[in-house]
Amino acid sequence: MVHNGYIALFRENEALFQQNLPAWRKQMRNDAVAQLQTQNEVTFADAYALDYGLNPQRLPFKGNPFSLFMCDIPGITTYNYLVLNDTFYAQSNMPSLPQGVIICSLAQAFQQHAHLLQPYISQLALNQPDVAFNQLLAQDGMFLYVPDGVQLERPIQLVNMMYGNVDMMGVSHNVAIIGQNAKAQVLVCDHAYGNEVNYLSNRLTQVFVGKNATYEHYKLESSSAKTTNVSTLYISQEENSQVLSNLITLANGKTHNRVEANLNGKGAYLSLNGLGLGRDNEKIENHTFINHNVAGANSNELFKYVLDHNAEGNFYGLIKVLPHAQQTQAYQTNRNLCLSKTARMFTRPQLEIYADDVKCNHGSTVGQLDENALFYMRARGIDPVEARMLLMFAFVHDVLDNVHIEPLKDRLQLLIERRLRGENTHCNGCKICR
Amino acid sequence: MLEIVNLHAEVNGKEILRGINLSVKAGEVHAIMGPNGSGKSTLSSVLAGHPAFTVTQGSVTFNGKDLLAMPAEERSRAGLFLSFQYPVEIPGVSMVNFMRAAVNEHRKYKNQDPLTAGEFLKLMRAKKDIVELDNKLANRSVNEGFSGGEKKRNEIFQMAMLEPCLSILDETDSGLDIDALRIVANGVNQLKTPQNASIVITHYQRLLDYIVPDIVHILYKGRIVKTAGKELVAVLEEKGYDWIKQEVGE
Repeated sequence: MVHNGYIALFRENEALFQQNLPAWRKQMRNDAVAQLQTQNEVTFADAYALDYGLNPQRLPFKGNPFSLFMCDIPGITTYNYLVLNDTFYAQSNMPSLPQGVIICSLAQAFQQHAHLLQPYISQLALNQPDVAFNQLLAQDGMFLYVPDGVQLERPIQLVNMMYGNVDMMGVSHNVAIIGQNAKAQVLVCDHAYGNEVNYLSNRLTQVFVGKNATYEHYKLESSSAKTTNVSTLYISQEENSQVLSNLITLANGKTHNRVEANLNGKGAYLSLNGLGLGRDNEKIENHTFINHNVAGANSNELFKYVLDHNAEGNFYGLIKVLPHAQQTQAYQTNRNLCLSKTARMFTRPQLEIYADDVKCNHGSTVGQLDENALFYMRARGIDPVEARMLLMFAFVHDVLDNVHIEPLKDRLQLLIERRLRGENTHCNGCKICR
Repeated sequence: MLEIVNLHAEVNGKEILRGINLSVKAGEVHAIMGPNGSGKSTLSSVLAGHPAFTVTQGSVTFNGKDLLAMPAEERSRAGLFLSFQYPVEIPGVSMVNFMRAAVNEHRKYKNQDPLTAGEFLKLMRAKKDIVELDNKLANRSVNEGFSGGEKKRNEIFQMAMLEPCLSILDETDSGLDIDALRIVANGVNQLKTPQNASIVITHYQRLLDYIVPDIVHILYKGRIVKTAGKELVAVLEEKGYDWIKQEVGE
């Protein structure tokens, strides 16, 4: 099957896909079909060659999915939710949320909060084939609504779990609306069960951050070699909003992260960071688009890759400063380590600046570990393997500095260290991996 | 302690050391002097095990063991210390983590338990006083943004932490002002015991006013061409290296 085959699948099951949706969302599915029939260059098109299982009938998981899949970072207390392949699950004993906060299934939100969703979802541009594909098949996901002035002290954790005993596809759509002066942290963990079957996931997340609001978005992937993961993150920021985003790929198959951020208000600040640790035949792509649409907004971007064996990394970063976006400060850095002769890194840092009173720079490097530093450490008695570890860890350290949830940072340090040592690549906290 | 016999070494196919013989005993301080390009730094790199250099002939015995058969890290653990002429900056690796890794590798080699974080910090505080090293340096990345003097003091601090039996100070005086030189030399002298030994490699008399050698060697064109007591330093300072060139018949 090619991805277009899924249009036929959609048509066959149209009643199931369209049930309980508002008319405008139904129309988007049809628009998505039209888009995919004309513009159909989806990412990792070869991965669509397989016939993946889908769940249009919304058959629930037998038993309590959380008993299997709960992620457990020591010392972290989160509001924990799960998207199992394509279906959202909340825990039954979830502690109560602050007044006015909504966290629920997107399918449910279409029935109960369609008026909140419409202005945001209907602005989705379907000319991105990955997004069109998502909007063709997504039936669920997480809806997060934080009203004006509400500050969530506890992070929200969303575990995207791919699970199946046959090749499976998971398509989901998350929407986060963060009100004025509100605050929220979201931790998304992409996992995959086992190493036997093939998974293809397409995740779309839209985040709208209001005036003076603070939002942090962490996406952590520890999946499997047979997982193809395409994730799109849209961030829209109003005046004086502060957004921090980290995309960390620890273990994966093929991953494509696309981030498009629009700075639409003066004083908005975006810190967009990423780390890719690649080994074996892993492929890690991060494509980022930061649009400075107004004057006086700032962005800072830092992506780092450490690639070993035959791993392939890809970074594309475009910062666009529109003509009236004066006093913009935008900085982009991409640094990469290739540890083997066969590891490959492709990087394209780009600036498009149409305003004349801005401070922007970009830099990109690809290199190896510093041999002089290695010898210096060995000359102090440090084992060469340990010395390489210390150097690699030093290399990725500044990305970790951007992780502001302390227990997550501690856990990441451990996971990254293990990953760099070539040990167990899965987080131990997640019961499925033990 | 150290026995170098007929040592030849090359880098990129070019022979730099052409038959070095040197014997160092416990409690001794040796100075190796010589003009630029005579092979002084090559000798220290070869002894420390730098992979860029190839030994083509000769042997080096260190406390009864074949030094040349040991990888660099093992030479360090066995008690050899090189104070680098150009200490390397390692951004992102803190002095604390760097030194703790080093000290614990040395302890492991001696079948000792690793130091706890508390014990380690206590040791570090005690040793940094020897070279009047700033407290703040401990939390900074190794040598990153250190001044020339701080880098050299940091080398001696590491020497104090690792307590080597043989330390090789490669041009430790280069780039030092007179105060830093005094601090570094005082540090070295405080670490001197009847059981350990030092090889001080330098161009100038200056450092040897503070670290007084027992034996002075002159290295020229990859060979030791003259060996004498500390009085040789004064002769060199007065007559310069041309005098040596004449003596060896050039």
